[in-house]
Amino acid sequence: MTREKRKFLAFALFTLAVLIAPLFFQGSYLVNVMVFVGINTMLAVALNLLLGLAGQISLGHAAFFGLGAYLSGVLTTAYAVGPWSAMALSAVAVGCLSFLIGFPILKLKGHYLAMATLGFGIIVYILLNETVDLTGGPSGLSGIPNLSIGPWAFDSDEKNYYLIWGFTLLTMLLSINLSNSRIGRALRAIHDSEIAARVMGVNARLLKVQVFAISAILSALAGSLYASTMTFIAPASFGFNVSVELVTMVIVGGLGSIYGSFLGAGILTLLPEYLRVLQDYDIVVYGLLLIVMTMFMPGGLVSGIRRVEAAARAGMRGKDRTNA
Amino acid sequence: MLRLQGVTKVFGGLTALENVSVSMEKGAITGVIGPNGAGKTTLFNIVSGIYSLTSGSIFLEEKNISGFAPETLATLGLVRTFQNVELFGKMSVLENVMVGLHTRSRSGIVSCAFRLPGQVREEKRIRELGMKWLEFVGMADSADLTAASLPFGKGRLLEIARALAVEPRIILMDEPAAGLNSRETIGLAALIKRIRLSGITVILVEHDMDLVMDVCDRVVVLNLGCMLAEGTPREIQENPSVISAYLGEG
Amino acid sequence: METASQIVQYLLSGLSTGAIYALIGLGFAVIYNATGIINFAQGEFVMLGGMLTLFFLTDMNLPLVPAVMLAIFSSTAVGTAFERLAIRPLRNATPLSLVIITIGASILIRGQAMLLWGKDTHALPPFSGSDPLEIAGATILPQHLWIFAVTIVIIVASRLFFTYSIAGKAMRACAYNPRAAGLVGIDVRKMVLFSFVISSAIGSMAGIIVAPLTMTSYDVGILLGLKGFCAAIIGGMSSGLGTVIGGLLLGVLESLGAGLISASYKDAIAFVVLLVILFVRPEGVFKKTETERV
Repeated sequence: MTREKRKFLAFALFTLAVLIAPLFFQGSYLVNVMVFVGINTMLAVALNLLLGLAGQISLGHAAFFGLGAYLSGVLTTAYAVGPWSAMALSAVAVGCLSFLIGFPILKLKGHYLAMATLGFGIIVYILLNETVDLTGGPSGLSGIPNLSIGPWAFDSDEKNYYLIWGFTLLTMLLSINLSNSRIGRALRAIHDSEIAARVMGVNARLLKVQVFAISAILSALAGSLYASTMTFIAPASFGFNVSVELVTMVIVGGLGSIYGSFLGAGILTLLPEYLRVLQDYDIVVYGLLLIVMTMFMPGGLVSGIRRVEAAARAGMRGKDRTNA
Repeated sequence: MLRLQGVTKVFGGLTALENVSVSMEKGAITGVIGPNGAGKTTLFNIVSGIYSLTSGSIFLEEKNISGFAPETLATLGLVRTFQNVELFGKMSVLENVMVGLHTRSRSGIVSCAFRLPGQVREEKRIRELGMKWLEFVGMADSADLTAASLPFGKGRLLEIARALAVEPRIILMDEPAAGLNSRETIGLAALIKRIRLSGITVILVEHDMDLVMDVCDRVVVLNLGCMLAEGTPREIQENPSVISAYLGEG
Repeated sequence: METASQIVQYLLSGLSTGAIYALIGLGFAVIYNATGIINFAQGEFVMLGGMLTLFFLTDMNLPLVPAVMLAIFSSTAVGTAFERLAIRPLRNATPLSLVIITIGASILIRGQAMLLWGKDTHALPPFSGSDPLEIAGATILPQHLWIFAVTIVIIVASRLFFTYSIAGKAMRACAYNPRAAGLVGIDVRKMVLFSFVISSAIGSMAGIIVAPLTMTSYDVGILLGLKGFCAAIIGGMSSGLGTVIGGLLLGVLESLGAGLISASYKDAIAFVVLLVILFVRPEGVFKKTETERV
């Protein structure tokens, strides 16, 4: 029980920090950046369920993000559907799509899975660019309405901050719960040894497809939120580079660690904002990060921090002993 | 309990198993032995649903289970362990056993994500049952260790505990004594007998003849993919064709 | 008759881009067969071939032949360095880490190219003029002939290499069973390095011969690489004829699709083909189905 309490406490502290953080930000620029951190955290957590828990790579997750954004965008602007209903409809549509393609795609493993998801992502990207009548093509889609509750619209950075982080915190909480349940254990078992998991009665095939669909639905929700807070979307935000960026966030933070995904998303969102010098270098930095993290810190920052912490604790204990 | 009828497996042009027919008695410990390359592990891989069979059929009690997937077999009460110990290395010892309880629990994704009351109760029950199985193999004190950090012998025990957590009717063990020292092997023999006492049918592939002769009620001998002999340990020890197969003659 | 000559035109241009895909696909297959790795950075060698040739031609003012030689040599050096620095230290890594490492390398190479040479698209001058020749009512550029000629030479050379040379045979042995190859005294690590050398050399050559036709820029490697992979997948990852046919097939399909259906979805064709093949016949179109291995 103590372990569960500790987990609850950690999440409560995290939530509190998120809630009061805007009080410390001066000017709305930082709040705006934190909105992006929220969206990226939601996306990274969603991908982490697939990549970190189940060990299945997707190089096409930006496509689900994009489909969510565009479905919401098109439904609200061209068909006058309310923003909340549009969001729900896009989530359902992406859920069905991902469930259907999940069966043939997740039959593939490793490199082949990576290539297939990549191919899927590029097909969606081409579709977003070429169906100009519907999406506005490369120049984008504008005039997407904000979400609102009654007369109260999410139309400022502060309001959007709480909207996005509300969803992100919920995503994180559900993901933490899921990874500590029988489903989460079964997924981690598939990651470690799929054949042994199946021998234990885990229906690996179905479970992988289910987590793929959940991950896609969460990404689509993030897309709808993105569309309604930005009010403008263009295909460039959902291309191959974005898929790779998401994978980088998960790897940098640590495979399977939900708070790690927040860390990874935070770092990769803030880095280009703060280091203006980076400008064009940011893509090179991603490449380097991917290589260096995989080679030298395969557990990501979270495990790195834990290791440092353990070492420090061991060092202190050593000191105590010498003092005594 | 388990009946094989004319089981044949061909890899490319190579016949690994040819027309093997044998039945294993309920509640007994059956040993499958044979020289290297006799097809023992192939036999296990076919029965446990990892390989498909080329021809023949397999029955679990009266049910034809030929070509069933491993996860389906687990729900029917057939599990196995692996020669090289396939643990979930990054998970804790207790969590490994809890995965074994997957078929004994049914909370879906939604109730797990929202921690609905039924799921919380079930989680508690899984945890307690998991501890019970760890106690059964004498590993309760290692519950919180990472599985990958276990010494080899303990890993074997954990794998057996995990398989038992499925509450199988029949358990296949692929060389459970391989890599164990003599003290651990004695412990293993006692454990296998205790498993049988709880009503589970045991089938083991094994090279350690002392262990086979000690625990097995029946022994099946394979050679070059074919059935060579079947009988009690004593009969097998005295069977001239078995002796010559092991000495590499005729 | 006009449609007939148009179709001949599509076929010709399809075959020439197909030849490029075939070469890139061969690069994938050579590394895959030696290591089991799908090298996501394969397309970057193609980009490097074109961009480096341009660099040596215009910035260094070298004549064509030395520029091409230097470009091939430098791309191969990058491939070698990549294997030494990132692949060799991770010999026992999971497929997931290897995918990520090669993606990281591809981003890194692409980003460096962008920083060095900017984001502009450049044209490489054709090797021997641009006066079109006429064949069966269709026109063909001299560069097309160069593509066919170079492709045939590379394919024949690699075929001879893998069938007759000691190193080629050793590499095939590694692909078949690395442990056994190691036991009979083949230096498996050297063969892995070798596969990266060959593959980056072939990739850069493909990039060089195609650059005068399609223009080149720092980011051409992504699409070309993926299409080359598609060719290799159609061919069942064989480092021989299968991949070549796969590439030609894909090139023709693309060019017919672009000409007869819609040019804007041209790039999507390759990926639809890729997904269909991965879903239906991941072992390739020409291979007999093998018994499953677990």
